[in-house]
Amino acid sequence: MYIIFLMIAISVAVAAAFLGAFLWAVRSGQYDDDYTPAVRMLFENEEMPAGKSEKKV
Amino acid sequence: MEAALQTNIQTCHHCGDSCLDELVLVHDKAFCCAGCKTVYELLEENNLCTYYNIEANPGISGKVRTPETHFAYLDDAGVEAQLISFKNDTICKLTFYIPQMHCSSCIWLLENLFKLNAGVSESTVNFLRKEVSLTYFHQKTTLREVVMLLAGIGYEPEITLADTDGKKTSRPNRTIIYKLGIAGFCFGNVMLLAFPDYLAVTEGLQRTFGSFFGYLSFLLSLPVFVYSARGFFTSALEGIKQRMVNIDLPIATGLLALFFVSIYQVFTGTGPGYFDSFTGLVFFMLIGKYFQQKTYDTLSFDRDYTSYFPVSVTVLKGGKEESVAVRNLQVGDRIRIRNQELIPADAMLLHGQAMIDYSFVSGESEPVEKVVGEVIYAGGRQVGESIEIEVVKEVSQGYLTQLWNESVFSKQEKQSINTYANTAGKWFIIVTLLVAAGALFYWVPRDTEMAMRAFTSVLIIACPCALSLATPFVHGHTLRVFGRNRFYLKNTNVVETLAKIDTVVFDKTGTLTEPRASEISYSGKALAAEQEQSIKAVLSHSTHPLSQRIYQSLSGKTVEVQHFEEFAGKGLVGEVNGSIIRIGSAAYLGVKMDALNDTLKTTVYVSVDGVLLGFYTFYNVYRQGLKDVIAQISDKKIAVLSGDNNHEEARLKELLGSGAALNFNQSPVQKLGYIQQLKNEQRQVLMVGDGLNDAGALKQSDAGIALTNNITNFSPSCDAILDASSFNKLSTFLAFSKKTMAIILATFAVSLVYNVIGLTLAVQGLFSPIVSAILMPISSLSVIVFATLSVKFAAKRAGL
Repeated sequence: MYIIFLMIAISVAVAAAFLGAFLWAVRSGQYDDDYTPAVRMLFENEEMPAGKSEKKV
Repeated sequence: MEAALQTNIQTCHHCGDSCLDELVLVHDKAFCCAGCKTVYELLEENNLCTYYNIEANPGISGKVRTPETHFAYLDDAGVEAQLISFKNDTICKLTFYIPQMHCSSCIWLLENLFKLNAGVSESTVNFLRKEVSLTYFHQKTTLREVVMLLAGIGYEPEITLADTDGKKTSRPNRTIIYKLGIAGFCFGNVMLLAFPDYLAVTEGLQRTFGSFFGYLSFLLSLPVFVYSARGFFTSALEGIKQRMVNIDLPIATGLLALFFVSIYQVFTGTGPGYFDSFTGLVFFMLIGKYFQQKTYDTLSFDRDYTSYFPVSVTVLKGGKEESVAVRNLQVGDRIRIRNQELIPADAMLLHGQAMIDYSFVSGESEPVEKVVGEVIYAGGRQVGESIEIEVVKEVSQGYLTQLWNESVFSKQEKQSINTYANTAGKWFIIVTLLVAAGALFYWVPRDTEMAMRAFTSVLIIACPCALSLATPFVHGHTLRVFGRNRFYLKNTNVVETLAKIDTVVFDKTGTLTEPRASEISYSGKALAAEQEQSIKAVLSHSTHPLSQRIYQSLSGKTVEVQHFEEFAGKGLVGEVNGSIIRIGSAAYLGVKMDALNDTLKTTVYVSVDGVLLGFYTFYNVYRQGLKDVIAQISDKKIAVLSGDNNHEEARLKELLGSGAALNFNQSPVQKLGYIQQLKNEQRQVLMVGDGLNDAGALKQSDAGIALTNNITNFSPSCDAILDASSFNKLSTFLAFSKKTMAIILATFAVSLVYNVIGLTLAVQGLFSPIVSAILMPISSLSVIVFATLSVKFAAKRAGL
């Protein structure tokens, strides 16, 4: 049963990693604008050069 | 486009306006003006016609465009430095506010700016804030070129004095999201660890790992205690410092009791603790806080005159034009104001024909004519030819801007104390302390351990989490209901203020009246159809707004006019079919003004071959639904503050009833004083205004509503912005905010039920972690659901 110590450690670590990802997402401004990205993803990028199509935030 | 099949009027492919006066055809597409056509050609040339495929007619009308010379000030290094947020050897970054942005086509075009100007490396739109963040190479292009490109395609950024104030717009506040994220993470994990407690089958597990789970839960609760829950503790402390009890005090007591009892239990091995309830509570209450905070941060409620004034003006120095920052304007400077430019400071007219549009200042839509030597007050917009003026007062000392030197504008906004929640919180803490003391008193002689347990349980259950959730959720939903109806509140507290209003003060011009319309009536000798036609023909040559109004009210076709002449500030003359037609002011036609009353009205006289026929009188048009609104708020005191003269007094009396207080010829400072006086009489004042001259009154009142035809346009600082099209719902909004207060009371009752159940268990010492883990989330959730549903239901019944 002592495996539980290891498993809980792993589960908390995984959850903490997700928390970290969430905090990073907030910090990088992904929660500031919840409308424009939804519209932007629907634009066709037919004539765009490959490198330009992705917007860096 | 397709609409052309039904009517013969085509709509512009670019902006969607109907092509009434002009029709330009390019590539089988119709355009309403040369401006729209130019934009289309530019986009077509650069292969950007996707713009027209995403939305139909997405463009902004090109009829009114700012002349390119207007942007000369952007070449000034000082101005540039203030606007730019980041600069290195190669790139510059800055953010523009573009109020014209309105659809997905706009987003697409603005994010493809690099195709139009190779110097732009990247542009990212934030649609809700109507902002575009630009990065450009300053070796390849200049700030001025970028702005001119934007203006050229119809998206002229709004650059005002406030942008150069140095205070950069603050980043959106993300603290609440961080707090919520951390509380959610901890809550989830602690709950998992607490699970063995809840189920009987896992008792063995609990025995082996109980203390480990307990310590781990404690570690996970620490960040919640020190970071996420901090707001509640500081708010409670502040309340104590001000010697008053707010809703956060019982919450803080409950949270402290929960946390420390849990620590005691875990470290002494006497129990599993309440860490799951503790983290859960904080998480739920933060959701309420988040809900309360989320408001229309895309609209600006705190603008002063600096966000209305331009950054620089053209100053004439030794015969040369020079771009000078408005801030550095000095008394005696001669400045040139072109068509559509703003008068930045009180100044004297030296040269040219001034037609000043004061619509943003007073709501008056009719441009005012000024003659050489007259003083022009700042805030007006010149319409027509360019004029030269001499500054007589510094910008900050002007007639209008001195309003902002009043003390109301420097005062910090104080939090309203007497909210329902705070009053409830006060009673709550008194009752719980009594009950807790009672429990202690009862148990101490019998069982000291039980006494401790009962005492702490009472403190825990007394935490009015559900109570504290009621207000933010009810108000938050109300805010959304109002927003759907184009009534935007600054924050949720305004709902409660609106519910208490007992006095409503209106501005007249532009608020009660429709700014873009006036009724015209003709009196005098009856006009023959032929004469009417001749008058219309003469008027068609004049761009004077009054001429245009009469022109539009007359039917029939225009005929040829000979020898047309326009005398500025006086009137028109023209020859039609051999007869001379004169149209203009009384003085121009030699009419004697007999009664004083006549001079107060706007009148235009007409004569044919020297014979005076009659005159047109302009009346204000009151907003639609005004009568209904007034009828529905008749239980409140109604007052009108007008900067105008009293020629409409009789009509206003009839509209508003005899009980209304009418005040005419009010200066901005007098308006402010009037509101102050009402407040001194212990009245809860709502001010509805629209112009800069109402700014003081709006700020001084308990709730100030700025009425605007376009919510992205400039509006003075206020508590709420109301779209003019929803003016007829004003009384419904007031009634609805009252109803929401009743809903809050009902929600309080719901949450009290849980507290009573909890308290009954607590005084008997039966309150255990498992009861707490069930009771707390249920009470929170049911309060949220109840608040949401009842507001929705009430909104449906109110027709909002």
